[in-house]
Parts: sequence; C-alpha cells; structure tokens
Amino acid sequence: MRYKTVIGLEIHVELMTNTKIFCGCVNEFGGEVNTHCCPVCLGLPGATPVLNRSVVEYAIKAGLAFNCKIANNSRMDRKNYFYPDLVKGFQISQDDMPLCSGGYLELELEEENKKVRLMRIHIEEDTGKSIHTEDGSSLLDYNRAGVPLIEIVTEPDINAPEEAYLFLEKLRSTLEYIGVSDCKMEEGSLRCDVNINVVDAETGKRTNITELKNLNSFRAAVRAMEYEEERHKELLAKGEDTERETRRWDEVEGKTVVMREKAGAADYRYAVESDILPIEVEDSWIEDIRKRLPELPHAKKERFIKEYGLPKYDADVLTQSRELASFYEETVKYGKDPKQVSNWVMGDVLRRLNDEGMRVEDLKFTPKDLSDLIDLIDEDKISNNIGKKVLRDMFETGKKPGKIVEEKGLIQISDEDELQKVVEGVLSENEQSIIDYRNGKDRALGFLVGQVMKATRGKANPQMVNKMIRDIIEE
Amino acid sequence: MDIIELSAMEMKTKLKNRELSARDIVEAHLERIEEREGELNAFITVTEEKALEIADKIDRKMKDKEELGILAGIPIGIKDNIITYGIKTTCASRMLKDFIPPYESTVVERVIEEDGIILGKTNLDEFAIGSLTDTSYFGATRNPVDLDRSPGGSSGGSTAAVKAGEVAISLGSDTGGSIRQPASYCGVVGIKPTYGLISRYGLVAVANSLDQIGVSGRNVLDAALMLEAIAGYDKKDSTSVDMGPVNYLENLKEGIEGMKIGLPKEYMNIDIEPGIKDKLMKAIKIFESLGAKVEEISLPNTEWALSTYYVIAASEITSNLSRFDGIRYGYRAKEYETLDELYINTRTKAFGREVKRRILAGTYFLSNKHVEEYYKKALRMRTLIKEDFDKAFEKYDIILSPTTPNLPFKQNVDNDPFIMAKSDIFTVPVNLAGICAMSIPCGHIGKLPVGLQIIGDRFGELNILKAGYAFERHSSIGGDK
Repeated sequence: MRYKTVIGLEIHVELMTNTKIFCGCVNEFGGEVNTHCCPVCLGLPGATPVLNRSVVEYAIKAGLAFNCKIANNSRMDRKNYFYPDLVKGFQISQDDMPLCSGGYLELELEEENKKVRLMRIHIEEDTGKSIHTEDGSSLLDYNRAGVPLIEIVTEPDINAPEEAYLFLEKLRSTLEYIGVSDCKMEEGSLRCDVNINVVDAETGKRTNITELKNLNSFRAAVRAMEYEEERHKELLAKGEDTERETRRWDEVEGKTVVMREKAGAADYRYAVESDILPIEVEDSWIEDIRKRLPELPHAKKERFIKEYGLPKYDADVLTQSRELASFYEETVKYGKDPKQVSNWVMGDVLRRLNDEGMRVEDLKFTPKDLSDLIDLIDEDKISNNIGKKVLRDMFETGKKPGKIVEEKGLIQISDEDELQKVVEGVLSENEQSIIDYRNGKDRALGFLVGQVMKATRGKANPQMVNKMIRDIIEE
Repeated sequence: MDIIELSAMEMKTKLKNRELSARDIVEAHLERIEEREGELNAFITVTEEKALEIADKIDRKMKDKEELGILAGIPIGIKDNIITYGIKTTCASRMLKDFIPPYESTVVERVIEEDGIILGKTNLDEFAIGSLTDTSYFGATRNPVDLDRSPGGSSGGSTAAVKAGEVAISLGSDTGGSIRQPASYCGVVGIKPTYGLISRYGLVAVANSLDQIGVSGRNVLDAALMLEAIAGYDKKDSTSVDMGPVNYLENLKEGIEGMKIGLPKEYMNIDIEPGIKDKLMKAIKIFESLGAKVEEISLPNTEWALSTYYVIAASEITSNLSRFDGIRYGYRAKEYETLDELYINTRTKAFGREVKRRILAGTYFLSNKHVEEYYKKALRMRTLIKEDFDKAFEKYDIILSPTTPNLPFKQNVDNDPFIMAKSDIFTVPVNLAGICAMSIPCGHIGKLPVGLQIIGDRFGELNILKAGYAFERHSSIGGDK
C-alpha cells in the first residue's frame, strides 16, 4: 500500500457526577437556560473554584479501564482564550501534569489485535453553550459551564476510518460499563475531534494535518475521515498538499468544509491554576477504585464465550453495553439455553431497539418476561413466528407474554382432529399443488403448509401440519 | 470625648458599658467622612443608610440583652475589590463601575455575623494594581498625614480612612505589599496574613497565588481583633487552611522574652533612606531591651524577589482579568461589529493604562515562546525564595526589616516606575513565600511616618502580633496618629 492514513483522536466525555466540577450546581443535561448556575460556574469576580472529589475518582476509573498510569501528583492549569461561552476567559484544565497518562485500548481487527495507545486523560471543565440565531445574534446558556469533562487523547496509532470506528465503539462501551458517562453524542456528552493526514510510503511525503470537528455521530466521523482520506490522497498524488486547517462535516452535502484556517498553532498561554491545590492521589485510593471497577467489556466477552459457549460474534454483540449483557445474563439465569436466548436478544430485541433508537433501559419488559416467552415456544404453546408477534406486543405494551397469548387467542393448535379438518379443506381446494408436488416440485409443499397457517391465522403447529400434508399426499 | 479618636477596642467597651450607642459611633464617623472626604477621597461608596440601619439593629440587640459579635459597633471600611452583596463593588475600574454583586464574600459575611458596621467601600488602585492609589477610575486618594503625598497603595483608601478616623478598622488586600506599604506611609498597623488564613472567596483576584485579604487598624489590638473575626477555614476557598480557632487577643500580650529575631543581611545592602535605617536600628534596640535576641541571618535569593514577583503577578493578572470581556456584566463598548471588536473596544476603553501594561506583560510572559524563560523560571525562583524563609524560620521566630526603603511618594507627579517598583523590595518576598507580616509605625522623619515590618512564618500570626504589641507598648512612638 502506497498511502498510509494516520489518525489521532481527541475525545471529550462529560462525567455523570451529581454536581459540577468546581461548585455545588446540579450536573444535568437540559434544564431551563441559565438555571444550573452560581457565582463559581459563572466565573463572577471573586468566586473561587473547589475541585469535586468525584470528578477525580471518575477520571481515575476511566484511566484504570484504559490501562493508564495514574499520577500521584497532578495539577490544574488555566488554558487562556476568549470566547463568549467561556466565563472566565480561561478554561480550568490540565496541561503538563495530567491525571492519567499512557494506556491503550486493544482493537480486534480481522487479521490481528491492535493496540491503540493513549497519550493521556485529563480532567477539565466544560464551557457554556452558544446558540446562534438566524438574525445574527447569539444567545448564551451557561448550564453546561463547569460540567466535568475528561479529555482522552490518543497517539496517532489509527490507520483507517473503520479502525477509528471500532476504537470509538469500544471506548464508549467501556465508559458506559464503568458508569462514568452516558456517552450520548446527541446530547453532547461524548464529542470527538479527529486529526488526520496521509503519508506517501514511497516518497515519505506527508500531508498537513487536518482537524475535523462537529462530528455528530460515530458514523458521521467515519464518513468525514473517509472523505478526508481520499482528499489527502488525491492531493498527494498530484504533488500538492493540504492546508493546516480545521474542517467540519456537512452531513447534507456529504463532504467536509473549512471552518477556520490555522495561522500557526494556537497559543493558550497555560498557567498554573493556584486556586486549586495540587491533586494528590494516594496508591491506596487508586487500588480501592481498581477493586470496585466492574467487569470490563473484553473480560465479559471472553467469559460469555467460555461460560455460555457462545460464538465470538454473539459474545461481541451481547457485551456491547453493560445493560444488554446483564439483560442477556438474567434471561439465561431462568434456565434457558444460552444460544437460544442469544438468538432472541441479538435478533428481535436488539433489532427493534436499534430501529427505535432505544436503549435496553427503555424496555417495557423484563428478562423474566422474555424467558416466559421462550418457555411458551419450547412447550409448543405457540410457534416461533407467533412468538415474534408476541414480542412485538411486549415491546409496545409491556404486557406479560402469557397474557398476550391468552387475550389474542394465539395458543397453537396442536389438536390432530382439528388440524386434520383444516388440512383436508386446504388440500381439496388446491389439487394442482398436489399434482405439482407429486411431479417433484418440492416448493408446492411449502405453499400448502402456508395455506394452512393462513387459515389458522398462524396458530397451527407448523411441524404437525407439515407431517400431515406429507402423509396424505405421499400416500 | 471625641468618638473618632477612640480605638476599636475602646468603642467596643463603651458600647458594652452603654456610654455610647452604636448610632452615636456611626454618626460620628459619617460626620468625619463628610468632613474629610473632599480632600482625601478614601471612599468610592459610602453606605450611610445601611450603616445606620445596622447601628440601630445593634442598639436594639443591646436593649434586648442579646449577645453581640466581637466587632459590635465598630465602623469598618472594606476595600472595593472585596465583594459586597447588593453593594456596588467597582475595583476602582470603569469596567465594574456599576457592578452590584449578586453574592457575598466570606469575609464580609463574617464581619456582618460579628456585628461589624460597614461604612462603605474604599478606594484603591484599579484592580489593586499599583502602589499609590492613583490609578483609580474614581480619582486618587491622598495621604491624611500630608495631602501632597500618596497614602501608598493599592489599599490606600482603606488605610487613609483608618488614619483619618473615618473608620476604626478596615479590610484591604495585599498582593505584594498593598496593605503594609500604605500602613507604613500613613502610620498605622497593617497586617498581611498567611496565605490560606483568610478566605479569598469574594476577593476579586488580581494575582491569586499572592493575594491575601488583610487588616488595618490604628494599633495592634484593633488589627488583631479584626483578624480574629475573619480568620478561619472556608470550604468555598480550597486554599484556605483549617487551623482551628485562633486566640490572638487572648495570647498576644504574653511578651517576647527569649524571642529569636532574624535580621537579613541582604536587606542591609539595599538602598535605604538613611533615616529609615536609623529607625530600624532603634527598633532593634527596643526589641533587645524587651528580652528578644536579634541575630543577622541570610536570605540569599533576595535579589531575585522583585523580578520573580513581577513576572508571576503579571502572568496571573492577565489570566484573572480575562473574564472582564463585556459579555456578561460590567462595561461593554457601544461600538463594535464583530466579536473581536467587542472584546477589543471594551477592554481598551474600560481598563486603565497600568492595568493594560500588566496584561500585556503577562501575556508575553506566558506566550509559548517566552513561558520557559519568564513564567516557569519565576516559579522555580519562587520556590528558592520560599526555601530561604523556611530555613530562617527553623531558627528564628520573626524577621525584621523596614516596610519600605523610602518615605511616601508625592501624589500626582511623575514618579519613576523603577524607583516605585524597588520600593516593594521588603514586602514582595513575603507574598512569594506565602508567609505573614505586619507593618507597624516606628517613628517619623519630619512629619512623615516610618514603618517597621515584622515577618512571621506560615501561620505565625501570633508571633508577629506579640512582637508588634510589645513594641507598641514599650516605644513612645508606637500607635500614634
């Protein structure tokens, strides 16, 4: 391969602590504008910040989950720049003494596993939000000012947009697992910036790094990276170079557009934030946090493969989120066949959740309900297909599967006499199909079974029907 | 009896003995303010109505035999860079000339809890940057001792008001000498407490690693009283330290028999006005006569203190003053097309020359290209300077020096900025080291007062109060007006 893509990511993640990073204001998405504010998070003259201990703890959790080194001594700094949503003219962040450094995430690629190294994870405060109106004025909401963030910076170890996608998925699921963030891109609790350029392996030439911002979903990020990858390659092939600039992804046009040119690197004039004492983290605290870390996605996946005998693919899908995994495990606990449960959870349950943009927590039914549904099928009370219909009802109404079956009269017809009558009726109306079958057209059998199912509104026991038809027409 | 001549302690006693009502005290001081303000300009805002209201409340409490706080009935001035809830807090800047804070500072909260009576907000150099109280948007303050001279700065208003009897005690802030230098120039007692002793929640930051709220009074006891009222841990300021309750008033009269005093030899090589050196030598004799042992010590990094201070202070100023951008509160320029113009026009118009000079310098010191050679080097120097003091305090209880090497500057003339900067040489090391110090009157040259600086270790307030009190009692010239 002549061209090598080089990608580094900077991910901002809002932490789900109860209160903001430097004051007692509630840390909550939304709320009436400018109501979750106080002198400290508004940066009023004279107000001094006090670091929220939970923020440090959450960041350490993330650091441990990503194999980082946790610093016993770190420090807050001021990053100085002007913007209306920045209340103090500086953001309290960490410069050269971050809380976590090093670390990595392991990606499972087709050929081999790959470690993407992290440079650092540091804590900082979020800014307020600017809302630009059509008449050219700007409105400011400071509810978000002072919401705790971690910034995760990778080394430029990612070499394809799809790798970046895998990285982001794994990052997200891990952060959700350890309960430090809800990682909702649509609410801005996870934001991702990309640095990308391309190297020509033959000539050694490399393009200038493009920074990509305003990426609203992982998919958008991937498409933007793919677009940039091509753009860089084309320019490189023509012997040209990219500009050092920041671009954003235009979803409608399906391309990146220039946001601002970088006239030299920004100078944030970092200085020590001496209003906050240096952060001292004792080893005993780190160990205590490590002990309390939940099982991480990778370990859970390995366990699912071993303990439940699941294929790798199933284990992968089921451990995407902690909630999905525990929904699965709880269902299995009711004595169900692990693979059968996996088929249901990965198939109908997950598909429906994805279609509706819902999360496992939003489900109206419980693992016990799903287990009961599987019981109904196992006991031949309903067919698999009826089961799917019942599940759809469960999604919408949250009613118990037994109740749905009863109310709608969906109990499977397994009574031989009753079925015999229906089968005979269908056969007498479809003589041509019988002839076709006898002439070797196997498809005709399926048609006949279908007709019986139709006549019983799906309630006939399909195995029995199949056998009865065969018995009659093969005589 | 002239009420305004009384010390704060005397006012307290007379209020308790019902010789005076709180209203008598406040009215006398408001009258004094009325009389002197025309020439002094020590106040930016006088809160006459509110003060009388509180005086009446205290008198009612007296009548109902309710328990009173330790500042009951005492008229107090608050430097106008300390936040007062609902009362204009301007920092002597056009930027905040109409700013009414929606919250209370911790020190003012404590003053109010202790039944102190705030008479108003006192003048300062714009954002406490300066040493003459002449950069205020509201005009310069003059020295009550000599109206042609500056009271010093930046807490010139707070200090002049105490000296002139407009208030009994006041709160100021000290970043590099801003309480002690005016105390020296006006002939009062001024204390810069240890960094962390007093909450800075509500002190508009100028150089936040150096700033500390402190007190001025006409004698050591008055200053100690105020210090005792406001000292103590505050969970809203992470740099405040929990030292438990302080008992300065109870313990400061213990005497200084056996106290070990250091006299830095490096300070003696500094160009000091000869008369001032004489006063220092005399003071040493008094301390020795009181049973203290005075020895020469060394603070080898003294020569780097001023440049270290200047770099750190400017770097912090540039960042602390960034919030004044015209977006949310304070002054906003009327003419602008773009966001950048809004910032530029606002800050150009609303900041004074000296403030802008420091912002520019600090921006330079922190810039990518220069941060190593200025800011980071200054941080390392600061550690060395601090270690000098740590070493000295292993052996000595207090350190003595003049407060300033010179007498008060003339007001409203072009003073040489380099000479002015040099005048902070004895005060800035104390802020860099985060320790405490007091300036106490130690005589006059002509009619101009001279100040003696007593430096103590971190949380060594009791030592400097003891030394100051003993010195004041045993010298005929201490504590005069």
